[in-house]
Amino acid sequence: MASAHIEHRNRKTMLMAFGIALGMLGLGYASVPLYRIFCQVTGFGGTTQVATEAEADLAARMAQSAGGVTYSVRFDANTASDMPWTFRPVQVTDTVSVGQRDMATYIARNNSSVPITGTATFNVEPEQAGAYFNKIQCFCFTEQTLQPGQEVRMPVLYYVDPKALDDPNMEGVEQITLSYTFHRAKTDS
Amino acid sequence: MATTADTFQAHAEDHHHDADHKPSFFARWFMSTNHKDIGTLYLIFAIIAGIVGGAFSGMMRMELAEPGIQYLHTFATWFGAENPSMDEALHTWNVLITAHGLIMVFFMVMPAIIGGFGNWFVPIMIGAPDMAFPRMNNISFWLTVAGFLSLLMSAFMPGGTGTGAGVGWTVYAPLSTSGSVGPAMDFAIFSLHLAGAGSILGATNFITTIFNMRAPGMTLHKMPLFVWSVLVTAFLLLLALPVLAAAITMLLTDRNFGTTFFDPSGGGDPVLYQHLFWFFGHPEVYIMILPGFGIVSQIIATFSRKPVFGYLGMAYAMVAIGVVGFIVWAHHMYTVGLDVNTKMYFTAATMVIAVPTGIKIFSWIATMWGGSIELKSPMVWAIGFIFLFTVGGVTGVYLSNGGIDNYVHDTYFVVAHFHYVLSLGAVTALFAGFYYWFPKMSGKMHSEVLAHLHFWVFFIGVNLIFFPQHFLGLQGMPRRYPDYPEAFAQWNEISSLGYEITVVSIAIWFVNIAYAFIAGKKAEGNYWGEGATTLEWTLSSPPPFHQFETLPVIEDKGHH
Repeated sequence: MASAHIEHRNRKTMLMAFGIALGMLGLGYASVPLYRIFCQVTGFGGTTQVATEAEADLAARMAQSAGGVTYSVRFDANTASDMPWTFRPVQVTDTVSVGQRDMATYIARNNSSVPITGTATFNVEPEQAGAYFNKIQCFCFTEQTLQPGQEVRMPVLYYVDPKALDDPNMEGVEQITLSYTFHRAKTDS
Repeated sequence: MATTADTFQAHAEDHHHDADHKPSFFARWFMSTNHKDIGTLYLIFAIIAGIVGGAFSGMMRMELAEPGIQYLHTFATWFGAENPSMDEALHTWNVLITAHGLIMVFFMVMPAIIGGFGNWFVPIMIGAPDMAFPRMNNISFWLTVAGFLSLLMSAFMPGGTGTGAGVGWTVYAPLSTSGSVGPAMDFAIFSLHLAGAGSILGATNFITTIFNMRAPGMTLHKMPLFVWSVLVTAFLLLLALPVLAAAITMLLTDRNFGTTFFDPSGGGDPVLYQHLFWFFGHPEVYIMILPGFGIVSQIIATFSRKPVFGYLGMAYAMVAIGVVGFIVWAHHMYTVGLDVNTKMYFTAATMVIAVPTGIKIFSWIATMWGGSIELKSPMVWAIGFIFLFTVGGVTGVYLSNGGIDNYVHDTYFVVAHFHYVLSLGAVTALFAGFYYWFPKMSGKMHSEVLAHLHFWVFFIGVNLIFFPQHFLGLQGMPRRYPDYPEAFAQWNEISSLGYEITVVSIAIWFVNIAYAFIAGKKAEGNYWGEGATTLEWTLSSPPPFHQFETLPVIEDKGHH
């Protein structure tokens, strides 16, 4: 219809518009890793933190000046509906001083007649505690395979970061619940 | 610009004898590349989809008219279930709410307001002979039709618990992934892909047309507000729809190809789906209402015989609503476990939208102030729009509070709110636009008496449906359930009565259309008189098959 000049300009505008649409499509997919990183960095939604031994030592030293504030930690265990495991904490609550390293133990048992690989999802309540709840070791970092009837003890080595004491959102928080849910690993099925 | 005008005029000389040559019936309506014909197709399609979606809401109001489950088993058999169990019957309820929501959003409001009125009047209002890409325009339309068929087919396919996809228009995972086995869900998702692709192509077309094909002298700041509204809407579509496409493609691969984007057992998170959906979903509600703002602005100015008050403020208020609309999405998900600071941000950001919206409401009233007001049918509908939209806007500010939302989330209060802005707001704007432009499109005058009657019956009917739902919601009646305790019976009965009245009003509308085609007077070029100043009123009614072979030149007269 239109002259070559207009046609050329229209094509350019159209390509730019398609470029925007493609860019947004890409951003949609990029949101998957970005969302994961966002949760890991900010502790959003009660995402717990991962700490090295060195960081744990530093926290312990810092905590000495904090004057022995304690948190009650509750341990919660769940399994997905299609997961034939029994999963429970050895001890339901524990009291830890801030910065102090503590070990919690869960027990998992495979009740089925086939080997099953499980993977655990986790978070803490209240959610603002996620940024300060540090795990040094956890069974949830890797997939766990249990043979039929096998029962294992699964340790978590954690501490509460003394920086929690400086966060106004943590005021009034006395108890933190650490929760796990075991799912059948996708690679297993 | 001068160069452009010259080329167009040169072209006009060459082909002048072709000006009103219409192709044969099949070529004209099935292979159409004419923006007015495609606009007509979109409007007819939207009316058909609206009847289907409206019938679904009638089935819902029937079931909700009294406590207990009365009709769902029968409805389930309509979708092909034999001796449906209670679970299958309840699943049918979910199919009804899903289909109603998706049809009304994607296949009624959007095709009518953007595809229909946008296609018809954007090129004419900016003085262009057609859209920039006429054949792409045709593809957009037929993709939308294909999407609609895909959604309708899904209702008759196995969907897990029963027949059809029963997940709500939000298609939340995991209900839409592991919770809905069977092809129904895949077809529903595919229908969104098709409709989305059609809309993205359409948006590209509008942006190109508005940026490149304006007549000489038609600067951006002289464009009619309806064109502005479609331009902003097109950008919202372009930015929001691909994100929905990404999210629902992830749903498809989660369902069929073993990915775990939204499945915690593979490291995914279902809440991410909600973020993605609402990043699209919130702009989407503005996509549905902004062109309505544009239509209402044209009508208010026409029938007040004044240029619209605060033209630039009106245009940039729409831009502001569009921009802020992208950063408020999480107010739809206050109850997923956002921390208090996040809720505070989304509460504040959401409330900010009330400012540009307030500018618009204020400017419409200021346009009428001191104007020579003529209460013709489009004006009555437009004033009705302002009232109904404001009611919905006020409950919106109320709902934007993260704290209050904890109590009314997913109750009928929310249902009442979004039906006031969309079902009453957007649809009232559609009817306003319909009566404003119907004689222009068809060449036949409708009956003003019937149009007024249509308005008043509709106004009473829809208010009777949705106003009591505010009470039900505040009393704690949750949405998406087919049954409720005795205590909610009375307002539900009244609400269902309102539906019947609304159906009567739609019947009056059809009678009016029939009247216009059978006995309607021939419409003049500018049948609304001197208040109607935009370019479509310089043409005959209906406009010639090809308009503006010689481009109009817009002189600087200082008003819009």
